Amino acid sequence: MYDFKFHNPDSLAAALESCSQAEDGQFMAGGQTMIPVMKQRLSMPSDVIDLGSVEDLKGISVADGVVSIGAMTTHALVAADGDVQRAIPVLAALAGGIGDPHVRNRGTLGGSIANNDPAADYPAALLALGANVHTDRRQIAADDFFTGMFETALEEGELAIRVDFPVPKAAGYAKFGNPASRYAMVGVFVSQGSDGVRVAVTGAAPCVFRISEMEKALSNNFSPAAIKDMTVPAADLNNDIHASAEYRAHLIGVMAARAVGDAILREGAA
Amino acid sequence: MPELTMTVNGKQVTGSVEGRTLLVQFLRDSLALTGTHVGCDTSQCGACVVHVDGKPVKSCTMLALQADGRDVLTIEGLAKGGELHPMQEAFRENHGLQCGFCTPGMVMASVALVQENPDPSEEEVRHGLEGNLCRCTGYQNIVKSILSAAKVMRG
Repeated sequence: MYDFKFHNPDSLAAALESCSQAEDGQFMAGGQTMIPVMKQRLSMPSDVIDLGSVEDLKGISVADGVVSIGAMTTHALVAADGDVQRAIPVLAALAGGIGDPHVRNRGTLGGSIANNDPAADYPAALLALGANVHTDRRQIAADDFFTGMFETALEEGELAIRVDFPVPKAAGYAKFGNPASRYAMVGVFVSQGSDGVRVAVTGAAPCVFRISEMEKALSNNFSPAAIKDMTVPAADLNNDIHASAEYRAHLIGVMAARAVGDAILREGAA
Repeated sequence: MPELTMTVNGKQVTGSVEGRTLLVQFLRDSLALTGTHVGCDTSQCGACVVHVDGKPVKSCTMLALQADGRDVLTIEGLAKGGELHPMQEAFRENHGLQCGFCTPGMVMASVALVQENPDPSEEEVRHGLEGNLCRCTGYQNIVKSILSAAKVMRG
């Protein structure tokens, strides 16, 4: 890892200021991806602005049908939070299935979505739940936030502050993890909310995406049977050493049906 | 070089590090606490697990400066007054190690696991070890050790 100047601001204003004054500054959230990437010298910022002491970026609140999670809230805290477990149980379960226990104590929601790894879990949750990302300067709908492989709508120096998740009527998630890394080879998040059914897929393509055909079918009949024979074209899916595009296309159907089943089960248990 | 102060195994320590210095490097190279191992250096194996403010983390994936002002516990801080921690004792009793390289991280991860879940099932133990690899594949006795230590730690 190349050396850099380390900043440890204790307020949002100071963090933004440090970044704007740096030659090539980068915010660091939990560092669970950023540190490995810097070790590989794939990233070599002149300045690292650590967000660990910015209390404004932490915390969880649930009110008026919205779960609001600060960008620097760790996966472990989301997974263990009673309010999240009650409001959107599958979101807590998803956070508890990221990485491993030690990674979950450092990794954060904001870091995960700003990185937008093609196989990360949170992007599927944001997209399927119709979440809104609040930044230091605006609000970005999940539909507009994830723009490509490791790319988001965040501008230079723009910082995600928190994510607002509307509480759905029902929601479920199913992922088929890579046997070694446990990253999603395919993960499907399904939600049934006030603006209809949304189906988001991670792990299968360069960027998280929705499947409108499934959403339509599930709007008429929210059951695994409604999407049983639906196929997804393999043409735009990832084809790599972990799985062929055709295999991933098949997995999407299987995982989507399981996610719907998961949603129905969780709704029944609520 | 930036200065830092932290509590390590109950003692306050200070040092100067580079921005890029990892917590594990600071512990091993500056403090000579070599019980914490570097296995893979890529966040996979968990040989470097230590507790920061009571939570297990991979010290190869945390900057030393991120632990400034925090409370760090390493494998050297577990035994009290010459007496092994129940988890260490259980690993010895149940032959929970073969080559021993993963052991410091396994023990630190296991202590945290049992603190969070005092009466874990075998499945929960196996799942909880997701972030720790034993290349000897000595998992059977590691799991046995943890279940046995959990009983002792529950009192």
